[in-house]
Amino acid sequence: MDKSVKIEVKHLNFYYGNFRALEDISLDCYANEVLSLIGPSGCGKSTFLRCLNRMNDLISISRVEGNILLGGLDIYDPSVDVVMLRSRIGMVFQKPNPFPKTIFENVAYGLRVNGIKDKGIIENRVEESLKLAAIWDEVKDRMHESALGLSGGQQQRLCIARALAVEPEILLMDEPCSALDPIATQKIEELIHQLKKSLTIIIVTHNMQQAARVSDITAFFYIGKLIELGKTDTIFTRPNLKQTQDYITGRFG
Amino acid sequence: MANTRQITERTMHTLFFVVASASIVMLFMIMVFLFMEGIPIFDEVSVKDFIFGKYWYPTSEPPDFGILSLIVASLAVTLLSALISIPLGILTAIYIAEIASKKVNEIIKPMVELLAALPSVVIGFFGMVLVAPFLQKVFDIPTGLNLFNASLMLAFMSIPTICSLSEDAIHSVPSSLKEASLALGATHLETILKVVLPASLSGISTAVILGMSRAIGETMVVLMVAGGAAFIPESIFDPVRPMPASIASEMAEAPFRGDHYHALFATGIVLFIFTFFFNIVADHIAHKYKQVGEATL
Repeated sequence: MDKSVKIEVKHLNFYYGNFRALEDISLDCYANEVLSLIGPSGCGKSTFLRCLNRMNDLISISRVEGNILLGGLDIYDPSVDVVMLRSRIGMVFQKPNPFPKTIFENVAYGLRVNGIKDKGIIENRVEESLKLAAIWDEVKDRMHESALGLSGGQQQRLCIARALAVEPEILLMDEPCSALDPIATQKIEELIHQLKKSLTIIIVTHNMQQAARVSDITAFFYIGKLIELGKTDTIFTRPNLKQTQDYITGRFG
Repeated sequence: MANTRQITERTMHTLFFVVASASIVMLFMIMVFLFMEGIPIFDEVSVKDFIFGKYWYPTSEPPDFGILSLIVASLAVTLLSALISIPLGILTAIYIAEIASKKVNEIIKPMVELLAALPSVVIGFFGMVLVAPFLQKVFDIPTGLNLFNASLMLAFMSIPTICSLSEDAIHSVPSSLKEASLALGATHLETILKVVLPASLSGISTAVILGMSRAIGETMVVLMVAGGAAFIPESIFDPVRPMPASIASEMAEAPFRGDHYHALFATGIVLFIFTFFFNIVADHIAHKYKQVGEATL
């Protein structure tokens, strides 16, 4: 596979006020690969993920140093349109968070805010996205019912469909399965395998098996630092550092 | 030991029950009294003539007890004040909850609460002494004490209610919904309009209705600045006589248990029905359109 660099992170530091939450992170993320971020709670995985689509901008006391290049574009450059950027990078959150709207409107929302008005296009894209997220068969007869009536696993797949509808290049997933049962989790993992054909995925997970199953590259974070980065096979079988091995085998964390 | 504890426990239960019932019984008695004193007027005039009668001449010979002009006046000041207070109240709430920085909020929020603390007589006084001459001069009208002035002052009174209740509603929209919207490439404004407001609509509606119910029942302001003419208004600069103003100004001179006295109580019943209706609607909206903002698993 053609290995083109999708995201380049160079010496990234992130501060909440005076607290340094991320220390000098550098990593590359390749197109059509799945990168999983693992590490104990509070180690900065989610913070890192949120730097990538500038969700941390919402926190007024936060500060970023270093560069994140998305296809060569520095996303923290003052001239960058954050709204535009976020429509190129989709995000799926830890807890399913569908809007209190109909299933159709949930998926159509991203299209509408990105200026698509044509009804036909919207309907097509909604259907495509729901099919891509493997939830179409379950919801096709209840498109105009509230999304809040769906089960947790269905809601999460709907949220994935919602993110996919705007055709992002990158999908960020922040522990997308932490609130789901094993069957729903399995469906989402299958989905990730499908999706990486067309986009790049970065997933935060607390589930070691999940990281091993879904990702090509794994990054191990510990208290704000990137400890080890490598091919998932290598990280899980022969990690370079003892710290990584201890975490993966459950000896700490 | 256990026995004494049980006795204390039971005594406490009874005590709380008595205290709670006392206030409810008291309010109920007031309601009964209102109806007992008001209903006799319907021996003199029919309910239809009372509510739809255009003439309110309670002291003429023979007297006319038609309160349509009072009802219209009450509704007119309430609606006009709502037209002013709803946009101002809700926009302020959006600003406080979504846009303003912490520092700005530290100033604005107490200000809004301070506005709520202003005694109505002070607002009435302000309307009478400052706003009325101003209106009279600017619009070249015979009197500045009119429907518009009263509505403006009532709007001042309902803005804090509408604003602080709406702000609570907007504030309680889960941030996960806002983040979802922003992550999809929506702007802050789109997020507010398409996600935050729809999700807090029930709370905002309740706020609006409670604000309006405060306006319709308000007495002192309308007594001071509405002008007091018992006619159906033709323009917003006509003086009017809303129901509470009529009751407050006439009760003192109405002969005890005479027809006028009963008619004023009956006006009170009508007013009570209006405010009661507003509160029922508010309660209904709050429950029926309650949206669960976040996913429940």
